[in-house]
Amino acid sequence: MIETTNNSLDASVDSVEVARFAEAADDWWDEDGPFRPLHQLNPVRLDYICERLCAHFGRNPRHLDSLKGLRILDIGCGGGLLTEPMTRLGAETVGADAGEENIEAAKRHAELVGLDIDYVAATAEDLAEWGETFDAVLNMEVIEHVADVNAYMTACGSLIRPGGGMVFATLNRTLKAYALAVLGAEYVLRWMPRGTHDWNRFLKPSEFAAHLRAAGLNVDDLEGVKFDVVEHNWARTKSLDVNYMGFATKGAE
Amino acid sequence: MAKRPAPDRNSKSNRKASAAATANDVGSDVMASDVIVVGGGLVGMTFAATLSRSGINVTVIERADPETLVAAPHDGRASAIAYGSQRLLNAAGLWHGMKDHAEPILDIRVVEGGSPLFLHFNSQALGNKDPADNVLGYMLENRHNRAALYAAAAKLPLNFVAPASITDIDRGPGLVTVTLDDGRIFQAPLLVAADGVRSKLREDAGITVHGWSYRQVGIVCTVKHEKPHCGVALENFLPMGPFAVLPLKDNRSSIVWTEKESTAPAIVALNDHQFLEELKRRFGDYLGEIEIEGMRWAYPLKLQHAESYTASRLALIGDAAHGMHPIAGQGLNLGIRDVGALAEVIVDARRLGQDIGAKTVLDRYAQWRRFDNLTLLAVTDNLNKLFSTDVMPIKIARKLGIAAVDKIPPLKNFLMEHARGTVGDLPRLLQGAPL
Repeated sequence: MIETTNNSLDASVDSVEVARFAEAADDWWDEDGPFRPLHQLNPVRLDYICERLCAHFGRNPRHLDSLKGLRILDIGCGGGLLTEPMTRLGAETVGADAGEENIEAAKRHAELVGLDIDYVAATAEDLAEWGETFDAVLNMEVIEHVADVNAYMTACGSLIRPGGGMVFATLNRTLKAYALAVLGAEYVLRWMPRGTHDWNRFLKPSEFAAHLRAAGLNVDDLEGVKFDVVEHNWARTKSLDVNYMGFATKGAE
Repeated sequence: MAKRPAPDRNSKSNRKASAAATANDVGSDVMASDVIVVGGGLVGMTFAATLSRSGINVTVIERADPETLVAAPHDGRASAIAYGSQRLLNAAGLWHGMKDHAEPILDIRVVEGGSPLFLHFNSQALGNKDPADNVLGYMLENRHNRAALYAAAAKLPLNFVAPASITDIDRGPGLVTVTLDDGRIFQAPLLVAADGVRSKLREDAGITVHGWSYRQVGIVCTVKHEKPHCGVALENFLPMGPFAVLPLKDNRSSIVWTEKESTAPAIVALNDHQFLEELKRRFGDYLGEIEIEGMRWAYPLKLQHAESYTASRLALIGDAAHGMHPIAGQGLNLGIRDVGALAEVIVDARRLGQDIGAKTVLDRYAQWRRFDNLTLLAVTDNLNKLFSTDVMPIKIARKLGIAAVDKIPPLKNFLMEHARGTVGDLPRLLQGAPL
């Protein structure tokens, strides 16, 4: 397996960022560990992903196999926090991450919970070069860790079949996001290790939309995510100030 | 164009043990399902059937033979099914098998010994458009409840394993593995303990219980009576403890007769004639001549509450989580609320593809239910203490209190809605909505 990743030093990969997450590979599934905020955020992200994909592909979100038959790529899958749910819902999933340790952790966890998932240590560019295509690509909280956004987005766009879609999520480059996500989450609350996020890499929704258009995708929907300090949970919101998610589609040929 | 290297999946190439897969053979002798329920009693079976109807694959493992569980001598108790609980049973498709045996409770009358003061709850005062909705609940004999649950389960894609003896439970980081003495092995991401007051699963998980005995015994029997009960449930607070007459079908009533621990054995040991005479002394003659039908049972009354409702890949429901004094008739109803809440949390998580045994999922259930149950346990406990004291000022106050509540319609209606189980943060099924 290791030899297959030697070609993975693509332009989009930031090796420092990859190493940062790889160090924490064994913590991905510890619900009280360093990725606790991600576990708390996960139901909200999944709610949005399922809602968008079901609406786009004409599925019933109440069905327990609502994504059956769809081929879905989770790019930058980390420990597989989204890959596993997609698989349970019946999708044929590929989880890809540039970090070898992440992929190994994801594989170990899938085996623990009895899921059969195609995990591969590869970049979006690798997958594009291999000619892989998908009905949907999940591009969640990855772009803010990517070195060459243009190359990354072009590759992601080419991975999507005509008529397919991309669910994306990232952090807005606003002062509020800096205060909450960088200072608040990393320094004050110590939710995440310091240095997890680089504010300068955050994208404004208009910038994200421009990258998507350049990759042949149109933004259909944008929505914010907020942390409710009183209720102590994440919730969907109209405001795109800090965290936001969206859905973009590729026209049928 | 370069080709993708062959995926490294040789080690698990034939692994199809998807936790979400149908409960079938996955190689060796392992049966995979989404949830394993240990305990096929009233709460366990209601939970299993409710989940199964939503498409979740459930395995129920029960120690006893179902044949003996529905036989009359096994359990002489009847349970109050509050209006809210009935809505869940209806939504889960279970009620149609129970309704012919269920007697509606139309009124509740609270009296104290020979006092002329009383409190009368009349369900017609609820003022619902459809008079059929003006019921406080139903009385249903446990054996009929069980028979209906087993009949419903037989028609569902539900894996009911009984009688079965568990030799090992391994709650691993990803899956729970349950091994039976005959070698059969079951796996699921979540284990649910519905194994009653003396829950073995709770004990094995190291979850302690807080509780105490009331030093009282509940003597239970069924009486046939001459006159109709007109759907009235009577709660008579006698010096020895509460004496309840609860309406059953066919001019019969279920008696829950509370006695002190010290006197109960002597009463239980009386011959049939003497026992009937003792019963008549408490029952009075307001329903005409009475006779005892079938056997009598005695259950020690105690209150207990699990320190935690969950552990890694484990959730407690029903009596395994909370046993209570039967004074308010809420024991099974609390269990059914657990069912509604846990089923809702599981189905919501599973529709998003989440691991239903994950801590974040189970935490939602625990937070939801513990508060509700603690409140009711406290109310019930205080009610019993209030009525079991002989301190004169309290005696006077409670007599006046009974009469006062009777004169305040909004308070009466509030208490009635409580008894109906329609108050609080209700799971969707208890609101009569689908999962």
